[in-house]
Amino acid sequence: MSTDLVLLAVLMGAVTYPARALPMLAPGIERLPPRALLYLRLVGPAVLASIAASQTLVHPNDAGVPQIVIGPEILGVLVCMAIVWWRRNLFLGLLAGVVLVALLRVAGIG
Amino acid sequence: MSTDLRAARRRLLLDSAGIAASAIGFALVFGLAARDAGYSLLEASAMSVIAFAGASQFAAVGYVAAGLPWLPIIVLTFFLNARHLLYSASLAPRLRHVSFLQRAAMAHVLTDEAFALAATHFHRVGRVDIPGYWIGAVLGVFIPWNLATVAGYQLGSVIPDPAVLGLDIVFPAAMAGLAVGLMTGRREIVAAGAGAAIGVMASLVLGPSVGIVVGGLVGPLVGMAMPGRAHEVVAGAGAHEHAEELHPMSSVPLGHVNLDEAIDEAEEDAHLDDLAPKPPMPFGTFDVEQALEASEEDTRAQDRP
Repeated sequence: MSTDLVLLAVLMGAVTYPARALPMLAPGIERLPPRALLYLRLVGPAVLASIAASQTLVHPNDAGVPQIVIGPEILGVLVCMAIVWWRRNLFLGLLAGVVLVALLRVAGIG
Repeated sequence: MSTDLRAARRRLLLDSAGIAASAIGFALVFGLAARDAGYSLLEASAMSVIAFAGASQFAAVGYVAAGLPWLPIIVLTFFLNARHLLYSASLAPRLRHVSFLQRAAMAHVLTDEAFALAATHFHRVGRVDIPGYWIGAVLGVFIPWNLATVAGYQLGSVIPDPAVLGLDIVFPAAMAGLAVGLMTGRREIVAAGAGAAIGVMASLVLGPSVGIVVGGLVGPLVGMAMPGRAHEVVAGAGAHEHAEELHPMSSVPLGHVNLDEAIDEAEEDAHLDDLAPKPPMPFGTFDVEQALEASEEDTRAQDRP
């Protein structure tokens, strides 16, 4: 069994881990000024929304250039968000979103 | 354990199940792709255990299959995963009383999904819940991702394309749904809206891996420009319902003190101070040297721990 790429995995882990760990392990982060703490509090909703919107709307074209694509995925995500807002239940939202998108694709939409 | 915490953990488990479905779908495909690219099972598993970073793992499969050298793969991995800095920094102030070793271990399993689940769970219970972090990060992501990598490698082409089943939208939908759980005030809503809009625009220009980070960095700045204290106006997620519980970072019960509200109140007080009419200062009594000394003394006093 080949093990050459295990070293690559270790190197990839080595360049990923500092980004994950440094702020968590840095001493004195609790002494940040209130404005900085407020900023960090708002990172959560901002970055999650950024991921969701980019992953849903931006897709590469045949030449690999990112472009906005409006498809059934946006409906699935919006339905999920609405259900989470209404019922506070992510699992139910995901289920509804997935079923909707699967049905739309079966129907040839998107 | 209080009933509320137990209920919050049950909800976290349910949320984690949705995330796990997404992780399983994509890790199955990763296992299959790794096998097709010539990885051994050990190498594919090492990627999922050690690197544990979906996008970079897929990129590495493509590059290895194309016979590219390792250096570009490692550099790309660094940039693809730089966004974890934001997650780590966002969680860090809440984890200051967690042991160094435990934080070091928590960092290894910090992914998009783990952050989303943890941030929403902490917000929901109104405090840090370390077992909750592990539930989301390990039960919801790490274990499913690694088991599905092995399964994908072994099962091969039997695996259907996740897109056919609509599973490809689970990840963005889960991120959006978890963001909704964090939108408990005007600032959070504005930060999320700005993050989404800026993220999309930046993704078009710079590519999604950079665009997501730009949205996550600039969105909070826009949110901070808004006046706070809208927690009561927008339907909350129960974040402040448990303030009477003992805060895990402190041996002192917090009572009704809440960090978020305290920040808002402090800012409002600061604004009120700015807006309060100042008595006219007689020029003849104003001593510039004395004022500078007083200002420096204030600065030194603030810098003291």
